[in-house]
Amino acid sequence: MSVVNVKFAGLGGTGVIKASDVMAELVFEQGYDVKKAEVHGMSQRGGSIASDVRFAKGEEVQSPMIPTGEADYLVVFDETQVVVNEAFLKQGGVLLTPADIDVSKLENVKALNVAMLGKLSKHFDFTVDQWTVALNKLFAEKFHEGNKKAFMLGREG
Amino acid sequence: MPAFDPNAKKMLISGNEAISLSMRHCNVQFAAGYPGTPSTEILEDYSELGGYAQWAPNEKVAAEVALGAAFGHARSVVTMKMVGLNVASDVLYTATYTGVDGAMVWIVADDPGQGSSQNEQDTRNHAKASVCPMFEPSNSQEAYDFFRIAVQTSEKFKIPVILRMTTRVDHSKSIVVPKEELPAMVPNFERNIAGHVMVPGFSKPAGRRLRAKMDEMEAWNVAEGPNRVEMRSEDFGIIVSGISYHHVREAAPEASILKLGMTYPLPMQLIKDFAKKFEGKRLMVIEENDPWLAENIKAAGIQCESKFDPIFRFGELDVNRVRRIIAGDRNPDPVPVKGKPPMLCPGCPHRSSFAMLKELDCIVSGDIGCYTLAALPPISAMDYMIDMGAAIGMGIGLRNVLPREQAKKVVSVIGDSTFVHSGITGLVEAGYNRPDTGHVVVILDNSITAMTGQQEHPGTGRHLDHSPAYKLDYGAIAKTAGFDNVYEVNQVKEPEKFKELVKEALEKDELTLIVAKSPCILALKSILAWDKANKEKAEKALAESEAAAKKNGNF
Ligand SMILES: Cc1ncc(C[n+]2csc(CCOP(=O)(O)OP(=O)(O)O)c2C)c(N)n1
Ligand code: SF4
Repeated sequence: MSVVNVKFAGLGGTGVIKASDVMAELVFEQGYDVKKAEVHGMSQRGGSIASDVRFAKGEEVQSPMIPTGEADYLVVFDETQVVVNEAFLKQGGVLLTPADIDVSKLENVKALNVAMLGKLSKHFDFTVDQWTVALNKLFAEKFHEGNKKAFMLGREG
Repeated sequence: MPAFDPNAKKMLISGNEAISLSMRHCNVQFAAGYPGTPSTEILEDYSELGGYAQWAPNEKVAAEVALGAAFGHARSVVTMKMVGLNVASDVLYTATYTGVDGAMVWIVADDPGQGSSQNEQDTRNHAKASVCPMFEPSNSQEAYDFFRIAVQTSEKFKIPVILRMTTRVDHSKSIVVPKEELPAMVPNFERNIAGHVMVPGFSKPAGRRLRAKMDEMEAWNVAEGPNRVEMRSEDFGIIVSGISYHHVREAAPEASILKLGMTYPLPMQLIKDFAKKFEGKRLMVIEENDPWLAENIKAAGIQCESKFDPIFRFGELDVNRVRRIIAGDRNPDPVPVKGKPPMLCPGCPHRSSFAMLKELDCIVSGDIGCYTLAALPPISAMDYMIDMGAAIGMGIGLRNVLPREQAKKVVSVIGDSTFVHSGITGLVEAGYNRPDTGHVVVILDNSITAMTGQQEHPGTGRHLDHSPAYKLDYGAIAKTAGFDNVYEVNQVKEPEKFKELVKEALEKDELTLIVAKSPCILALKSILAWDKANKEKAEKALAESEAAAKKNGNF
């Protein structure tokens, strides 16, 4: 198996880093080699943010950053960020955006990132339980219920 | 609590987290620093892991307290971003002469690509110029391991050591398997005046000892340093250090590699031996930022190719750029689609401050922090920004030379953390070399170091771990320095009052300090929670001591 590249992108405050942490945690727990890159520094809210997760089994992940044109999945949490990041998507790669989710059914708009993970989850063989373990590890307990619903909305919607 | 389980046998953590854990496992006794992206989280994580860490007013002081601890036979650490090393370099350049009695690691984080920095300087130049041994990790496991090797090397050779990080290694996560703890050192004073007092009589021989030590360290680096040869192709060899190693592995999986972990003093014999294998074939050096390895290797008489610097010395490397370097592509980098730049948060107090300064058409000698974003459209109300603390000095310089009507518009604007860092001497300068038109200094006191992610400083009244601390009084400092007027105003609640104060101050030929005090909106919730917790703790302690006094009949 070669390296799988998932790029998350959005604006500051939309949960980009959190989503990439969940994905990275999930594959780490499943025994993959994994690297995760992100750019953070400025505190202020609202600028473009992206985070890369790269994982592989039986092979080492080298650079933590996904090269242009090599993302298998591009998961974007804010439609404006599609143009900014689409050059990273490989030909035939999968683009997921908020338009793929029935956002009106989200109880909490902040959980959009989790719903997008639900959508993404359909492309992998990991079980809902495995995803839930990773989600619960990264979020405070009070979000667990809501996250589960948001995740299933994305996965089944 | 830290964001990871420090007791796990294998963990997925960032380079910064890996260092903080390694600091615990190496039984570091004392750590100090000043915030700066991408280094900031190291001390925060270390503190959350139960280590003792403190924020200093600036990097120079941080380095001095850590050096003192290392003189006292402790293992100490100082952290900073690369520009912080400019501030602390005065310490480093002579601390290498004295050496240390315990161990001292300087964690210095470079920011290739300038994600969040005012320049793109390369710390490796400082290492060579100050004659300080240096390690360069390329991932989290190496950050963990090289920190330990840095401690051990510092102890063995009795010298401060630099762990040179870069943003990508600091902030990327990869897998770490921790090691067993090192036994702690026992702090102790040992008199050695000739070794610790760098008057010329003692320092001249110390300088010679230092160079001799470097020869010894180079031999050690050749024999035992954390360097590695990976032989694959017999026709193509690449010399790398730091994160470039991984980009190269991906871009040129067939190439043989000499991966350097300790890059000062360079293990020249290893490099020569590797180069020999590729005589008449292809040998390259691939590195981020300055052509530092290439220059040193070429200066030793070894022929090799290096990157095309007019393009590739700028910005971060990545796999695509490394492919282009190898292919000899000298075309400019493809221009990426521009993302949305960061902006001041909605409701940020800096918005109110700069709206008013703009209305008054001030010439703003500015400084570094969130508020520097006010230099960009649509606000565009900051005229100068160079380095931390410069706002005040540059403002005084402008006041001295500009025609009177322009001079009277000059305002020095500086954040609270930046003021403490290096604005205080600027006030002293204003009082001492008072411009004819006087001067106006505005401290933007948002009660936190916001830019780097909400760190405490001596003006917040709380320590690194948010416990209560003595709180600096900016007005009192200004008065002592010779300022005529000191005002405090909440510029968000009373913008017109703030504007009026600045206007009046500009009209007078006096020295005026205006403290614009309104908290960072993003930090407000945390600030209130920290203060509440501290108050409750203090009340509880008071109640307990009163109860004890009562019981003992002392009332
Ligand atoms: C010598 C040096 N050290 C550290 C930094 C990183 N840095 C940039 S601004 C800043 C502090 C900003 O705090 P403050 O002045 O309170 O302004 P705020 O961001 O809160 O508005 C720091 C630590 C730097 N640029 N230079
Ligand atoms: S983090 Fe604080 S100081 Fe910085 S822009 Fe936001 S509100 Fe302003």
